[in-house]
Amino acid sequence: MALITDYLVQGGQMLLILLLAPLLTGWIRTLKAQLLRRRGPSPLQPYRDLLKLLRKDVVLADSASWLFRVAPYLIFAAIWVAAALVPTFASGLPFNWAADLIAIVALLGTARFFLALAGLDTGTSFGGIGASREMMIASLAEPAMLMIVFTLSLLAGTTELSAVARFMLNADVGLRVSLALALLALVMVAIAENARVPVDNPATHLELTMVHEAMVLEYSGRHLALIELAASLKLLLYLSLLGCIFAPWGMTTAGEDLTAYLTGVAAYLAKLGLGGFLLALFETRIAKMRVFRVDQFLGMALMLGLLGALLLFVSRSL
Amino acid sequence: MPLPLLLSLSMILLAIGLYAILASRRASCSLQVYGVSLVICVILLGMALTHLLNAAAPVTLTLPLGLPWLGAHFRLDALSAFFLIVVNLGGAVASLFALGYGQHEPAPGRVLPFYPAFLAGMNLVLLADDAFTFLFAWEFMSLSSWALVMAHHREPANARAGYLYLVMACLGTLALLLAFGLLAGANGGYDFATIRTVEMTPGLAALALILVLMGTGSKAGLVPLHVWLPLAHPAAPSHVSALMSGVMTKVAVYGFIRIVFDLLGEPVAWWWGGLVLALGGITAVLGVLYALMQHDLKRLLAYHTVENIGIIFIGLGLALAFQSNQMYASAALALTAALFHVLNHSLFKSLLFMGTGAVLTATGERDMERLGGLIHPMPWTALAFLTGAAAISALPPLNGFVSEWLTFQAILLTPELPQWLLKFLAPAAGALLALSAALAAACFVKAFGITFLGRPRSPAAAKAQETDRYSLAALFTLAALCLLAGTLPGLVIDGLSPAVGLLNGGAQLPAQQHQPWLTLVPVADMKSTYNGLLVLLFMALSGILAAVLIHGFASNRVRRSPAWDCGFPDASPAAQYTAGSFAQPIRRVFGSVVFQAREQVTMPPPGDGRAARFEVKMRDPVWDYGYAPITQAVIALSKRFNNLQYLTIRRYLSLVFGALVLLLLGIVLWR
Repeated sequence: MALITDYLVQGGQMLLILLLAPLLTGWIRTLKAQLLRRRGPSPLQPYRDLLKLLRKDVVLADSASWLFRVAPYLIFAAIWVAAALVPTFASGLPFNWAADLIAIVALLGTARFFLALAGLDTGTSFGGIGASREMMIASLAEPAMLMIVFTLSLLAGTTELSAVARFMLNADVGLRVSLALALLALVMVAIAENARVPVDNPATHLELTMVHEAMVLEYSGRHLALIELAASLKLLLYLSLLGCIFAPWGMTTAGEDLTAYLTGVAAYLAKLGLGGFLLALFETRIAKMRVFRVDQFLGMALMLGLLGALLLFVSRSL
Repeated sequence: MPLPLLLSLSMILLAIGLYAILASRRASCSLQVYGVSLVICVILLGMALTHLLNAAAPVTLTLPLGLPWLGAHFRLDALSAFFLIVVNLGGAVASLFALGYGQHEPAPGRVLPFYPAFLAGMNLVLLADDAFTFLFAWEFMSLSSWALVMAHHREPANARAGYLYLVMACLGTLALLLAFGLLAGANGGYDFATIRTVEMTPGLAALALILVLMGTGSKAGLVPLHVWLPLAHPAAPSHVSALMSGVMTKVAVYGFIRIVFDLLGEPVAWWWGGLVLALGGITAVLGVLYALMQHDLKRLLAYHTVENIGIIFIGLGLALAFQSNQMYASAALALTAALFHVLNHSLFKSLLFMGTGAVLTATGERDMERLGGLIHPMPWTALAFLTGAAAISALPPLNGFVSEWLTFQAILLTPELPQWLLKFLAPAAGALLALSAALAAACFVKAFGITFLGRPRSPAAAKAQETDRYSLAALFTLAALCLLAGTLPGLVIDGLSPAVGLLNGGAQLPAQQHQPWLTLVPVADMKSTYNGLLVLLFMALSGILAAVLIHGFASNRVRRSPAWDCGFPDASPAAQYTAGSFAQPIRRVFGSVVFQAREQVTMPPPGDGRAARFEVKMRDPVWDYGYAPITQAVIALSKRFNNLQYLTIRRYLSLVFGALVLLLLGIVLWR
């Protein structure tokens, strides 16, 4: 019986993140609009967009190959699986051990690999520019992320995210320099990986400044819907990651009773709301940087992550 | 008794080589040579597999060959069985591929005799159990592969590559020769059993380590001894390139492991591990950065071999560091990671080189700037190449990720090491490993995307056709193995265990096959787990679910139209991103530091009809700061000594007298 409940909770979490992801994107868009003194769309607008896109025909470029049609499903699957492995409202779910934090980072890498290939597939210059820049950004963001993983797993003694979250919640971790460095680095990586200002602009359609939008330029209809949904899921994933590591309060463990689960969900929603608000605030306060400044920004994230890991090699108490 | 059979099969390979000398003009000879090679490699593979999986005891054999007072010793143990699997798997698939690919060979007489000899040489290195046999087989392997590199000897680039390869191979063998001299000790016992018992002083052992690093590192492609590799590997026919890159570099790794872990015994000092670790990290990152700057598909792959050798040496360095501190459980993890990566790299690198071979026969082009759009005429080759590209980029759920994951887990155990320098080196090596993995993904997006995607950039690419069935069978065998090793890594690790135990004083990873759902649990108390099977299952389920739901309930219609491209589609394929433009951001970020890359744009003033020019200048730091000064010094010295040819008779006589006096003085002082 307990086993069935656990599997149900696991399935529930997978559905929950899928349903929440567009709302988070919509919430951030609304907030950004209001911070700019515009009225903005309803937070539910992304759902309407997705439904509209799903019902439309796909317009394929003449030069598109089978890879172009398979890639959206692959990207969506990889990101959904990665997002489902991040503890949201409860840790210790039945399949948490299927992949650790390194594997989650690598799954996001799989998604990015195929997205960049899809950008190159139609043989247009915009797809190429997006793919090339995305891979440049990733070549720094991914090692930075792995350095953060190192820091966390040296502290918690494991790379399994659910166990890290439990360690952060239960053990007497306290304030640590290494964690502060890791937090800063993770925020920087999250901004870069989700194509947010100042690295990329999710709202731009000015050709030369876009990275992610340039890669998906040729997509339409259901394919575009899947890619948009995957992008929302990725943002949700990073916010959940920040929440479960640096603000694990309110998270429950598998096997607790219903009230604990409900508190967990409420705490999770509050964390997402707050995270979205902070992101919107940050994005309205800062200007986008030139592409060749991004390497300095991410190089700093990499150095911060490495420094955090090195501090822990020096002493476990730092 | 498997050993006589193994040896006689290798001898049959040699005999086939001899036969090919006589028969190479016949059209059927290619099929015969590759067919027999395929059969023999499969038998050898099966025998090695049975030996390793049964964890059978080592068997030895001494033949009255070679040096009269030494004889030829042969031995089959878990380590050589594992590497026999790697070599013969690669050999079998390369032979299968060559059944089709070899038909296009313009000069079969220059390839067919050496191909089976090369396979036999590699097998003999792995079986040798004394220094003489080892070096003999090693040189045999080097020379037969050199002959294969020179198969198309009329191209000037190949002649240069062959010359450089010969020089570096000689240097490597010289280092190994000296190393064995040291290892044999005062009594000069050259069989490995005697060498294992020799006690060495720490200084001599360190000297032997450095010589072995030079000897095997130059064959494997360790920076800075890699310079010949990206020239020589691409020069050979593609199935031989696959063997050289995927398999022969592993024989070099075997040499390193056999001598350092087995013959030298316990690592004497902790800095051994640090040295190997640092070399591995530098090799990994430099290799992939070089690869990113290449537009020649085969050369790009060859540079990636350098990167992967770096990753393997990171694992080996960690294992040495752990062993020197008696942390055998951690050393087992690092060794498993290294050996797993040996297997993985042989799989995906052979796959990628053979895929390139298929592209080469279809288009006659290796230059990515003249390819493109090959996914349309060659969908199956593209699928196999894509699998290899994703595997080498360490993407789950394929096999490259598993070995890198294991290496990361080994690095996470390093805070337990007592030495401060190692504590700092290990996370730095981790950062370099992470960087090289991310850059490898960028590089293979470039390699696959520019070659197979987009629109054809030359008429040759537009007229390409799908490759033959033998080649496709070879490609898909390897692609399937990449997926299998990635999703069932526990079985591979259990298979590796005897080899790891042999090198590690009996300590090996806990058995993985009884874990629930075949999960990978390398260190029981660390709770770090990975399950490639479940990841694949979940991905397949969610992808298929999404596809079925969307096609069933929303829309499944498709319309074709010209590309949108923000409203400005350019009909010319020249407007696409090229390999050079794809790598430009990374060249600016990394290349400006490492290669001193400088871009120069010459724009004629308005009204001037000349074309604008864009130039990139790059310097190879290893060549410019390592080899060029040595070459210059050698040339300067030889110019100086050139004067000796034009002296008067008096000067010659005084030289002779001076030499005599010096020698006599030397004898006096020596006594």
